[in-house]
Amino acid sequence: MKLKVGVFKFTSCSGCQVELIRMNEQLPELLNLVEFKYWAMASSKLEDGPYDLALVEGAISTPECIEEVKAIREKSRVLVALGDCAVTGGVPSIRNWMSQREAETIVYPKPGCIRSTRVYGIDEYVKVDYYLKGCPPRLENILEVFKAVILGVKPRLRQHPVCVECKFYENECLLTTYKQPCMGPVTAAGCGAICPNVGRVCEGCYGPMSDPNIASMVERLKEIGLSDDEILRKFRKYAGMSKLYREVAKL
Amino acid sequence: MKTVRIGYLTRVEGKAELDLTIDGEEVKDLKLKIYEEPRFFEALLIGRSFEEAVELTSRICGICYVTHQLSSVRAVEKVLGVEVNDRIRLLRRLIAIGGIISSHCLHLYLLALPDVLGLPDVFTADPKLLVKALRLKAVGDKLVELIGGRGVHPVSIVVGGFTYTPPKDKLMELAQSLKEAKKTAVESVPLFSADKFPKFEVDCERVALSNPEEYAINEGRVKSNKGLDISEDEFRAFIEETQVPHSTAKHSKVKGRGSYMVGPLSRVNLNFSQLSDDAREAAEASGFKFPSSNPFAANMARLLEVISLIDEALELIDAYREGPVRVPFQVKGGSAGAITEAPRGMNYHWYSIGDDGLIKAADISPPTCQNARRVEDDLREYVPTIAHLSEKEIASRCAMLIRAYDPCISCAVHSIEVKVKKL
Repeated sequence: MKLKVGVFKFTSCSGCQVELIRMNEQLPELLNLVEFKYWAMASSKLEDGPYDLALVEGAISTPECIEEVKAIREKSRVLVALGDCAVTGGVPSIRNWMSQREAETIVYPKPGCIRSTRVYGIDEYVKVDYYLKGCPPRLENILEVFKAVILGVKPRLRQHPVCVECKFYENECLLTTYKQPCMGPVTAAGCGAICPNVGRVCEGCYGPMSDPNIASMVERLKEIGLSDDEILRKFRKYAGMSKLYREVAKL
Repeated sequence: MKTVRIGYLTRVEGKAELDLTIDGEEVKDLKLKIYEEPRFFEALLIGRSFEEAVELTSRICGICYVTHQLSSVRAVEKVLGVEVNDRIRLLRRLIAIGGIISSHCLHLYLLALPDVLGLPDVFTADPKLLVKALRLKAVGDKLVELIGGRGVHPVSIVVGGFTYTPPKDKLMELAQSLKEAKKTAVESVPLFSADKFPKFEVDCERVALSNPEEYAINEGRVKSNKGLDISEDEFRAFIEETQVPHSTAKHSKVKGRGSYMVGPLSRVNLNFSQLSDDAREAAEASGFKFPSSNPFAANMARLLEVISLIDEALELIDAYREGPVRVPFQVKGGSAGAITEAPRGMNYHWYSIGDDGLIKAADISPPTCQNARRVEDDLREYVPTIAHLSEKEIASRCAMLIRAYDPCISCAVHSIEVKVKKL
């Protein structure tokens, strides 16, 4: 029996689905094990559940999204938040820190026709079994979830900070050595430390690790000269609505 | 009168639906409704640093992140007065080429090919064909990853250049795969040739960047088949945007004229002579004659670009020499806009930045916004020619025409549901 999979999209850029499609020539192999029952971006065949695995991309930002995500939950055995927007609201949630009317008026001349609410991750409304962090989550991590669900085991997703992976690559520490505002120490790993590998600081696109020392991170950023506003912007970028970062965001 | 309804227009990026009511051959009502949830990018950029524009606007779109980064970085650099060196320009062109190959192949083989094969998706297509096609797409992905540090939402593009110097030997290794990939592209010409698509001609304004030096991607003047010839700085003086009640994507038109098409067909029509020899030869074999006024020829235009851009990527890799890829600059305020060619057409970014380096205002016009009204106008002309068909067939043909524009709806808002109602 092939695993019955549904891929769904809410408020997002589709980049997580595109990352999944980046499996490229491995796709036919995956198709031996899974059947995509619902994946609107890739197929005109849209079959109703039940699904063994639902991958949900995107944040929830309209009343319609709330009803839809609840319906998907009811039809799905394992439900996975695919990427930052689904995990915490991601980049679109930056607007939660300004008034809704202000955001609408800046973009649309007639905001009256626009229906949207504050932006949250899907677990604000439904139970989530696994979280694939990242903007986007790395393909290897997405495939790890497929493998785990097929085998009926828990996926191994990294809980430690990016620093651990960064050390594997023997990079010099951008924060302590070069006094650059690297978010690596509080950010969940899984990316393979790609930013330090190409000489730039971690921007925190995987959101918080399991137990980050946020107070110490904030202290360190102040020490190297960041203003309170700059620090706030760092924490309010990819995961500003995560429970761990909402505290800093009140600074 | 007929009423047809298709659930959610599939095999496009994002969510939209089409409402169509036909009486005999007359289109009574037609609306491409884009109901993708708005994300307010222009608002959430305000108060962010100029350095974050590249990173944040990349998230407008998970398919054409490269062009958003490049339009953004060029606009910010214009504000700051940053002049990048030729190596940086070469790498930017090469990563843009990677982005276009990747996006075009995703569209051609995963989204459009099922229409040609009469299948709901490519999952059930010949696995051999699928593997070859996806290997072709993979070279685009790899090119982006090598230069950008990551496939989706690259990380190395910054104001002033790149954060690291991509190693020449890695690019040379990729050259071999590019040559293999080109064979697949050339072999695919019969899959997307003229006999596979409806014969439908429509006269409209087709707009693209054009540059005497090269096949325009990252820089050029805005030109059209109707005499438009302006600099990117004049974009807003000639192109106006309006909000329509049925869509969260704003509509664009050329002031004083009307809707227009951007994208691969506009580019190929306008700049055909700058395609590589093999691409022009493939055009001969395709059965389409360029410049073409058949919107379905956009698929062939995509394939021609893939062939030509692989040829060019090979030359650029050969010419590339490692060296400094970042220029110093000073922060200063001002405002400026820049256009690059996204896989789907011109992508305009404009920013106003304060002396403190914080963004005060932004104006972003991705290609799908610019095409939205044109798609509706095309459908208005196309539907009467197919009005005699069944509701199901009309819906499927309309979906195919919309798909030919490769709409990227997340972009436009910063599925398409097709409902056809025959009266």
